[in-house]
Amino acid sequence: MIRLFRNSKKLVLLSLIGLVSVLGHQNKLMAQNDDKTLLGAGSTFIYPLFSKMFSEYNQKTGIQVNYQSIGSGGGILQLTNKTVDFGATDGPLNEEQAKKIGVPALHIPMASGAVVITYNLPGVKAHLNLTPDIIAGIYLGKIKQWNDPQIVSINRGISIPAFPILVTHRSDGSGTTNIFTNYLSKVNPEWSSKVGSGGAVNWPAGLGGKGNEGVAGLVKQTPGAIGYVELIYALQNKMDYALVKNKKGRFILPSLTSVTAAGNINLPADAKIFLTDTEAADGYPICGFTWALIYKEQNYNGRTAARATTLLKLLWWNIHEGQQYTTPLNYAPLSKQALQVAEKILKSATYNGNSILK
Amino acid sequence: MIEDETWGSKRVNRSHGQIRAEALFKRSLVIIGFSMLVLVLGILLTLIIESIPSLKHLGVKYLWGKTWDPVNNVYGAFPFLLGTLLTSFLALIISIPFSFAIAIYLGEYNPKGWLSNFLKNTVELIAAVPSVIYGFWGLIVLVPMVRALETKLGVLPYGIGIFTAALILAIMIIPYAASLGREMIRLVPSPLKEAAYSLGATRFEVIRNVVLPYTRSGLFAGILLSLGRALGETMAVTMVIGNTSLIPTSIFAPGNTMASVIANEFTEADHTVYLSALIELGLVLFIVTVIINMAGKRIIKRFTNE
Repeated sequence: MIRLFRNSKKLVLLSLIGLVSVLGHQNKLMAQNDDKTLLGAGSTFIYPLFSKMFSEYNQKTGIQVNYQSIGSGGGILQLTNKTVDFGATDGPLNEEQAKKIGVPALHIPMASGAVVITYNLPGVKAHLNLTPDIIAGIYLGKIKQWNDPQIVSINRGISIPAFPILVTHRSDGSGTTNIFTNYLSKVNPEWSSKVGSGGAVNWPAGLGGKGNEGVAGLVKQTPGAIGYVELIYALQNKMDYALVKNKKGRFILPSLTSVTAAGNINLPADAKIFLTDTEAADGYPICGFTWALIYKEQNYNGRTAARATTLLKLLWWNIHEGQQYTTPLNYAPLSKQALQVAEKILKSATYNGNSILK
Repeated sequence: MIEDETWGSKRVNRSHGQIRAEALFKRSLVIIGFSMLVLVLGILLTLIIESIPSLKHLGVKYLWGKTWDPVNNVYGAFPFLLGTLLTSFLALIISIPFSFAIAIYLGEYNPKGWLSNFLKNTVELIAAVPSVIYGFWGLIVLVPMVRALETKLGVLPYGIGIFTAALILAIMIIPYAASLGREMIRLVPSPLKEAAYSLGATRFEVIRNVVLPYTRSGLFAGILLSLGRALGETMAVTMVIGNTSLIPTSIFAPGNTMASVIANEFTEADHTVYLSALIELGLVLFIVTVIINMAGKRIIKRFTNE
């Protein structure tokens, strides 16, 4: 019996050794990988666009890109562990994530998306107008009826039924929630102090649905429901959505044009900015970039200069020729300003301290 | 004589091989058995180690904290603990009459024949349907029905909430108790039943006074199995429970369960304490399951000792 037990201990030890060697192998995987295949991971939002871009790029250049849509958080983790060449995220690195990466990482805008306010109001055919205060009031649980004077007064000509409002939100952590709560925090001090912004927050009111489809399902089923989903999802599923009053006081219908317009502002040099409540006069106020994330210094983990160049060329192509694939897939292309900033950021990437793109 | 000797030695050789095979077989059984133990202990250990940042940050008040706020790094598991226990036990209460009825009918009244087989397979099929299907079915079919019911009862007609989740769970766990119960009932020795009949007992009386007492521990084990399934179910629950971290005020109110919170928030938990708090939720679920199982085993033991 003791001998048997000792044997099983040996077995456990062996399997542990096996596990460790597999993990070790994974770390070396990237270095050993041939330079014709790049690895990426992250945002699910950008996945349809990336797969189209990468398949076109593959036909043109023979470079293969293996992109795994495991979610922004996962992409950041993979980049931190140096198992991928680039990550993709819908929210910029937070302090803790930046600290874990330890070295400077670049955020390169790839495309933008928007969050739209969708609702289920039987009999209302026109797009509703909503102001930041109304949206915040509803999500704080303060405005409880659709025929609230605040809503009625800015929607003259639309007869709004006296339904109670059912608030719905995402139950899973998501970039969509991050953009939406960032917007609410910017436009409403009470929201900012009570709830704050993040991929998942402590909702003061409402029901949670898993994913865009979960929220959409709740909204479609319940008369009087309000929710927020990605613009792309609302367009594809022909959902009703509202015009939102932007910083310049204009009510803007979310569309690819108004989303691109939102990014036509003076952007910070590192492009780490939420495109919420921007100064753009004809921009929709609840938008956000999806970024590709790479290390600023590309010589790490024994990577070759050739591999670094391949990666940079791919990203350069993404923000130039690649942009033609955005509109057909319902993504908003980068604005002129965003493109200029993205170019500068890409040019700042180095290999052994020398810039890669000239 | 010589032939005898070779025959004898051959036989010794073969026996030696047989003994080795026997030892090898036994050893592999032990190894596989122990590897399960190692696996479970490994999971427990991982859960504990990964929960340390959250334990340090929040201490034990994590267990009865009522706020779940990833933005301010305040985590309290109480609403989800309550949600898990409420949905699971409610589901159990709803499912027991059905699973016992099925077990008694298939075990005692109609144990053979095509109809019995057909019914039995259908019930077992319920267990094989992926839970996401139940979730969608619940969202599309059950939720409007519950909403209509809620409108009649005069409570807030969400349609979604603890009650709907418990209904879905109840359907999902019926086969576990039903299958085990049926097998148990079929194992009741016929002399016992025949004796009761010969004393003039009716069929119902035989079931009540002979079959059920005889199978009590087995039926209870089936319930325990069902409960274990209900505690850990994730996908179907998350789709119909409403996913709010507020404490449920009634069984029709929306809520959330531990498994559902983990599934929802794990992939995008973007700071250490947050991730650790989610893992600690897994640890709590683990411990709750262990406690319920141990209590269940106790009860079974008491039943059988009687």
